[in-house]
Amino acid sequence: MNWAWFHRLGSPPHIYRIAGTLTPWFAWLAGLLIIVALYSGLVLAPPDYQQGDGFRILYVHAPSAWLAVMIYGVMASAAAIGLIWRMKIGHAVAASCAGVGAWFTVVSLVTGMLWGKPMWGTYWVWDPRLTAQLILLFLYLGYLGLRAGFDDLSRADRASAVLAIVGFINIPVIRYSVEWWNSIHQAPSVMKMARPSMPIDMLAPLLMMLLGFTLYFAAVLLVRLRAEILRRERTASWIREVLR
Amino acid sequence: MCELSVKNLHVFRGERYLLKGLEFEVPRGVCLQVAGANGAGKTTLLRVMSGLLEPEALELRWRGGRVSPRDPEYHATLFYLGHDPPLKDDFSAVENVAFNVGIRRSVSRSDVRAALERVGAQRFADLPVRTLSAGQRRRVALAALRLSGTNLWLLDEPVTNLDLAGQSLVVSLIEEHLVHGGLVVAAIHQDLGLSLSRRFSLNVGTGEGLP
Amino acid sequence: MSAQRTSTMTAVWLVLQRDLRLATRRPAQLIQPLAFFAVVTLLFPLGYTPELSKLRAVAPGVLWVGALLASMLALESLFREDAGDGTLEQFVVSGQPLVALMGAKTAAHWLLTGLPLTLMAPVLAIALGVSVAAMPGILLSLAIGTVSLSLLGAVGAGLTLGVRRGGVLLALLTLPLAVPVLIFGAKATELAIAGESLTGPLYLLGALAVLGVTLAPIAAAAAVRIGLE
Repeated sequence: MNWAWFHRLGSPPHIYRIAGTLTPWFAWLAGLLIIVALYSGLVLAPPDYQQGDGFRILYVHAPSAWLAVMIYGVMASAAAIGLIWRMKIGHAVAASCAGVGAWFTVVSLVTGMLWGKPMWGTYWVWDPRLTAQLILLFLYLGYLGLRAGFDDLSRADRASAVLAIVGFINIPVIRYSVEWWNSIHQAPSVMKMARPSMPIDMLAPLLMMLLGFTLYFAAVLLVRLRAEILRRERTASWIREVLR
Repeated sequence: MCELSVKNLHVFRGERYLLKGLEFEVPRGVCLQVAGANGAGKTTLLRVMSGLLEPEALELRWRGGRVSPRDPEYHATLFYLGHDPPLKDDFSAVENVAFNVGIRRSVSRSDVRAALERVGAQRFADLPVRTLSAGQRRRVALAALRLSGTNLWLLDEPVTNLDLAGQSLVVSLIEEHLVHGGLVVAAIHQDLGLSLSRRFSLNVGTGEGLP
Repeated sequence: MSAQRTSTMTAVWLVLQRDLRLATRRPAQLIQPLAFFAVVTLLFPLGYTPELSKLRAVAPGVLWVGALLASMLALESLFREDAGDGTLEQFVVSGQPLVALMGAKTAAHWLLTGLPLTLMAPVLAIALGVSVAAMPGILLSLAIGTVSLSLLGAVGAGLTLGVRRGGVLLALLTLPLAVPVLIFGAKATELAIAGESLTGPLYLLGALAVLGVTLAPIAAAAAVRIGLE
C-alpha cells in the first residue's frame, strides 16, 4: 500500500503550517464558548436545590476532569502512532499533551477539593472520582519523569510511548478498581452531578463549557506542538524559511 | 548478488548524523574490516546491523531477501560480539558458553569444553568468570562465538585486551570461518594480517564507504 | 545448523534456569526483600499501637503495601545487571522471540521474590494479630497478586533501564499502575481475616494476572530494546 500521503500529512513543515492556521480559530471559538457558558452557568442558571450556589464550581471541575482523561487518551494514541508507524509527529504531539493534561488534572483536583469543603465539610474525601483523578496525576508525573530521564530524544519518545500505552490500558482497570473499592467502603459520593435528570438550564452551560474547554485544549496543544516542532527541527532548513 | 548488502543506512542521534547514506556489500567468505577514527560510527554500524540500535533508514538484504534487522530468523544466523564480553561474573566459563550458545542451538558439555580448549581457555574453564583477566574473558567469549554455528559474525574490536597469541587466535578463527563460507564484519583498528583477498576496508565517518 | 536450533520453549527454560542459578550464587539478594518486608511490617506495631485488635484491622493494608514495596525493591536489578555486563544484548540477538525471554525473566523474578514474600506473609500476619484460619486466603491472594506485581515491575524496570539512577522513577511509574492489585489484594486479605468468602476479589486478581501475562512481556520487550540502545 502507498503510505506516502500518510507521511506527507505527518511531515513537520506541513503540520507546523496547518497548526498555525487553525490555532486562532480554536482559540476564539473556545474563548467565546467559555464566556457564554460562564455567564449562563454562573448568572442565568438557577441555584441547586440542595447545594445552593456551591454546585457552580462544577462548570470548571467537570470539564477539567473530562479533559484530564481525554488528553491522556490523545497522548497515548499519538504516542502509539509515533511508535508503530514511526511518525515523529506522533511523538511531538504526545510530548505536547503531557504537561497540559497534568495541569488539567491538577485543576480538577483543586476544584474538586474546593467543592468538597461546602459539601462534606472537609477539603478531601476519598471519593472514587477524586481518587482516580489523583492516580491519573501520578501517571502523568511518571510519564513526564520518564521523558526527563533520557538524554536522547528518540529514546525518550519511544520509552514514554510504551509507558503511555501501558497507562492507557490500565486507566479503565484503575477506574473500575477504585469504583469497586468505593462501593465496598461506602464513602459518600456527592459528586454525581452529571445525571441525565439535570435541568436544561444547568446542563446547557455545562455542555458549552465542555466544548469550550476541549477547543481551548486544542488551541493550546497546537501552540505547544508548534514550539515542540521548532525545538525538534531546529537544524532543518525549512525552519529558516518559515521564521524569516 | 552478495550474501549481505546494506544500503541507504542513516542513523541520526541528538543533533547529528552518526551514519549517513552508508552502503556496502559483503560476499560469502569475506571479512569486511571496518576502519575509522574513534567516534566515526563503527560500533553504531555493528549495533544497527545486529538490530540493537534503531536506524532512521536501512535497506538490509541477507541471503537475497530484504530482512528487518530485528527479525529473529536473521538473528539466528548471526552472532554479535560487543565491546565487553557478554559473561555473567558468577558463572564459570563453561556455564557461560553453554548458556550463550544454548539459547541458540543445542550443544553438549563436551562441545563447550572442546571450544574452550580451542581458544586456550581450558585451564580456567571451571573458574567463576569474575576471577579471570580481561583477556581471558575475551577468549571465553570467542569460544561462544566459534561454537554458535552462525554464519554472520559481527565483531566489535574482537582483539581488545588480547595478547599476541590471542590476536593470532582471532585471525585463525576468522579465517577458518571464512573458509567455511562465513561472513565477518569487524571493527578492527590494527592490521591483523588477514590475507588480502579476504579483506575489504570500509571507512565510516567519511560518508560513503567502499567497496 | 538450523536443524539443531533451540526451540523457544527450551530457551525460556534455559533463561529461567539461568536466573535461578544466578540467584543461588548471590543469596543476599534473595533475602534482602524479605528482610525489608519484615522490617516495614514490624514498624507498624511500634509506630501505631501494639494492640492486636487494632493491628488486625489494618493488617491487609500493611501486608500488601509491604509486599508491594518489597517487590519493587528487587526490581531494579531485574534487567540492570544483565544490561551492564552485555548479556541482555545477547538475549535480543539470540534469534529467540524477546517477548518469550522477557516472560522467562519475569517468571524467575516472581519465583525469587513474589513467591518468598508470599510464603513469609503468614508469619508477619500472625505478628499483626491475624488468626491462623485466614492464612490460606492470604497465601492465595498474595501468590496471585505478586504475579501481577512482577509483570508490571518488569515493564517499569525495562522502561527505566536507560535512565541513570532510575530507582525512584521506577517506583513512581510502577506504583500507580499497581493500584488495582493493591485494592483487590487487600480486600481479599480483609475478607480472609474476617472469615468470609474471598472468591470475588480473587477472580479479579486472577483477571489482572491474566491481563498482565498476555500484555506485560510485550511491553517489557519493547522497553528493554529501547533501554539497551
